[in-house]
Amino acid sequence: MYGLGLFKGLGVTMKNFVSPSRQFNIVQYPNRRASPFDLAKVDNQNPVSFIATHPLKTLRSLLGLETITDRMPQHANFRGEEFAWYDSRCTGCASCAKYCPLGIIKIVTGTSGVNQQEGQSYDIDVFDIDIGRCMFCGLCVEACPYDALHMGSGFEEGKYRRSDLVINIDQLKSAEKKPSTWFRPQLTNRGHDPIKGSTADWEEVGRHEKPSLEDQSKRWAKR
Amino acid sequence: MAPTPVLFISFEILQKNFAGLIELIGFGESFKWLATLLAGISISFLIINVMVMATAFYTWFERRMIARFQVRRGPNRNGPFGMLQPFADVLKLIMKEDTIPDEADKPVFTLAPIALLAPTLMIMIVIPFGTFLHEDAFLSNLNIGILFIVGVTSVNSIAIFMAGWASRNKYAILGSMRGAAMLISYEIPMALGITSVLILSGSLAMTEIVSSQSVWFILVMPMGFFVFMAASTAEMSRTPFDQIEAESELGSGYNTEYSGIKFAVLFLAEFMAPLVTAAVVTTLFLGGSQGFDFLPGGVWFALKMFIIIFVLLWFRSTWPRLRIDQIMGFAWKTLFGLGLFNIFLVALEFSLADQFGGLASDSVSLTPEYMLIIGAINWIITIAIILIMANVVGRKKYTRPEPTPSPLANMGIKES
Repeated sequence: MYGLGLFKGLGVTMKNFVSPSRQFNIVQYPNRRASPFDLAKVDNQNPVSFIATHPLKTLRSLLGLETITDRMPQHANFRGEEFAWYDSRCTGCASCAKYCPLGIIKIVTGTSGVNQQEGQSYDIDVFDIDIGRCMFCGLCVEACPYDALHMGSGFEEGKYRRSDLVINIDQLKSAEKKPSTWFRPQLTNRGHDPIKGSTADWEEVGRHEKPSLEDQSKRWAKR
Repeated sequence: MAPTPVLFISFEILQKNFAGLIELIGFGESFKWLATLLAGISISFLIINVMVMATAFYTWFERRMIARFQVRRGPNRNGPFGMLQPFADVLKLIMKEDTIPDEADKPVFTLAPIALLAPTLMIMIVIPFGTFLHEDAFLSNLNIGILFIVGVTSVNSIAIFMAGWASRNKYAILGSMRGAAMLISYEIPMALGITSVLILSGSLAMTEIVSSQSVWFILVMPMGFFVFMAASTAEMSRTPFDQIEAESELGSGYNTEYSGIKFAVLFLAEFMAPLVTAAVVTTLFLGGSQGFDFLPGGVWFALKMFIIIFVLLWFRSTWPRLRIDQIMGFAWKTLFGLGLFNIFLVALEFSLADQFGGLASDSVSLTPEYMLIIGAINWIITIAIILIMANVVGRKKYTRPEPTPSPLANMGIKES
């Protein structure tokens, strides 16, 4: 039968319109459909007592009606927006700026006035990352020889002006350090997960274990 | 006898009241024109504001309904169920900068939104809403009402062409060229659909058309209804006939260069069109404000309008856009023929019924029994013809053409 497809299509949309089960499938962004266990977790109860005290909520959640505002499950390797940069690890070598395919990292260094010796670093005057043009490839993180720069874990960084999207050195210093485990297997091995809220100190993020005091005294005794 | 109007606003009553007021103040007979002017201004003010508010809520309703049809949410953040969304939209558009392109033809560019909005509003003059407890037109009871509608709607194509031509933009001009071709083509089936109504009703006045529908004309001639609905859907350029502003092909078509309050007016005119079309279809085919007695006529009218709007939304949310050649083919090959055939059929049946003495006492329209007989015949013929057209005439053998390699593909490589 020719031309019947039009009416089949009308049938499909009418089914969408009428049947409630199709409408339940829609959950909007900050919300997430919650099981009774999730609800109990939000309420800080154990699941059994939650089900006993809130039978209606439990029923609704089993039907898929109950939602909570929660972040969706996300991998620890997620390359997020606010970069985690460790001032004390950075030497100002500007490898990240050289490797950036878009050239959006701007570093200006100066000498500290002290005699430059081995093991000392430049003073970093400017460290700007233009997130508005960043494509989050993570090459700067791969290039960093001292594990000073890490990808972040957040993603809700909308701003009203383009100029606000440029992160400067003060913001990088003061930001909460929740580095992503992207290209940092040592963080994964140490059980670091930024999504669960764990932060990392500058001493914990390096690819080598922090030497014990004995090792330090052995290694650097000669200097 | 018409019952005494309780909540009825008409031009005559307002004029009489204003004349009394002017006399009370102390002006003489020579100031009678002032009463007419004041009554006209107040009625137009009322119509425009009611229509704008109705359109605002209609945009919300349309977005919510289509979202539901397509398993989405639609606007749901501002106010209860997102009902304040249209006001937020309008506020945003008013606050935006109103840009005019440098190359644009500025007077025409400015005039185009008004030229599009005005005819849409003017149709409302002659629609007999059957306002509470009274069977009459809202503003004016023209005796050539339907002719007025046909004439006024054809201004739309000029307005759309003005908008596209004045903006000096290739997408706009493409959209408006398509629009001009399409709107002018679909005028003809629309007029043919109306003509078949006129044969049965015997009058051009909208109130007469309503009162002659002892059996609703959708039951008497479904083919005319089909032709008129398809043509008027194309006239207001909605999906599946929205070639004028094909978003995926032309940016936004004729309103690409518009912004700010001008875009708001274009948008208003575009969203007012379904309401007006639904009102016209209700008057012509669904018996206007006829209904049972427990509700006033205006409510029945609104209910029928609602059903038509719902069906239009259903079509819009389901069917994809046709290509421009398919649209033109549909107008000239299918609807034009169907409309002519429908006129022939109805005229033949009308004259035969006249021979057998089926005219009602007013000697213009038929009696309900004869209308039902004609309707039964017409339903059978309509279904048969649509099936034949779809399966025999409409079926095309489609052979996929052999892919020809692009001349650029082997550039610089010499064939051995």
